[in-house]
Amino acid sequence: MNTIKSLEDLKRVREEALQKRKVKTTSGQTQVIIGMGTCGIAAGARNTMKAVLNFIEHENLQNVLVTQTGCIGLCEQEPILQVVQGDSPKVTYGKVTEEVARHIMKEHVMMGKIVDKYVISV
Amino acid sequence: MFKEISLHILDLAENCVTSGAKNINIKIIENTKDNRLQFEIIDDGKGMNKNEIEQAIDPFFTTRTTRRVGLGLPFLKEATEACNGSFDIQSEPGKGTRVIAKFQRDHIDRMPIGDIQSTILNLLVGYPDIHWCFEYKLDNKQFVLDNNEIIKELNGISFSDPMIIRFLRTTIENGIKVIHKQK
Repeated sequence: MNTIKSLEDLKRVREEALQKRKVKTTSGQTQVIIGMGTCGIAAGARNTMKAVLNFIEHENLQNVLVTQTGCIGLCEQEPILQVVQGDSPKVTYGKVTEEVARHIMKEHVMMGKIVDKYVISV
Repeated sequence: MFKEISLHILDLAENCVTSGAKNINIKIIENTKDNRLQFEIIDDGKGMNKNEIEQAIDPFFTTRTTRRVGLGLPFLKEATEACNGSFDIQSEPGKGTRVIAKFQRDHIDRMPIGDIQSTILNLLVGYPDIHWCFEYKLDNKQFVLDNNEIIKELNGISFSDPMIIRFLRTTIENGIKVIHKQK
């Protein structure tokens, strides 16, 4: 890692990020969990997560926490994406392709509207 | 099964996390002169005894309670053997595990490394509490990323913050581009 140059860039990025944090658009935090077990990876979960991260980057979405998890036992439904928003119960989505992920990010994460079409019961 | 080596790496990294590792080291070494491509994943998780190592390579064994097959390791072993390579697991209970996969680089069945950038980015963001160290060495050029340095600088800002995601993504992409540049 080109330490000196990169860390200087990071210092600047951190300052900017702290500034933006002061202006909050939504209250509370949304957690997005993506299944990355062997079944998930085989079904394309890496690209699903990539789509989620790209969405956050390009929409400049604050207050979203993206985490990974292993196999949750619904291998036929992979890629699986779960959304925990505020105090609401966890919503589990199945067969989440990159396109479906973008849809969920826009409708559910940004606007609080659950996308019933892809919801699966755990 | 997986079409890219970087997906196998992602799969093994998940095993390391499940084993309770706090430090995970991923090393990829490509040597065009020696016609060698190998990767190692070393963790300080709970480790396995000899019996457990044998079971790990058995496709009909898994520590999960939800299914009766565990295919990640057996498939990787097959992939290395199909490329005139080798596969080895070294582990000690309480100490950690080291998985080494070697491939003959120009073998016709050798799958590409693939989108290693996304593998690295996903692990850094998805598991921000783990100390990750990535090393990718291609002949005499090297890309190293140790997230401890980043965590120190971030000092509380989330890895899921859009600006941090952009920083990580571009750092990884540029680093990997540099080692692939022809002189």
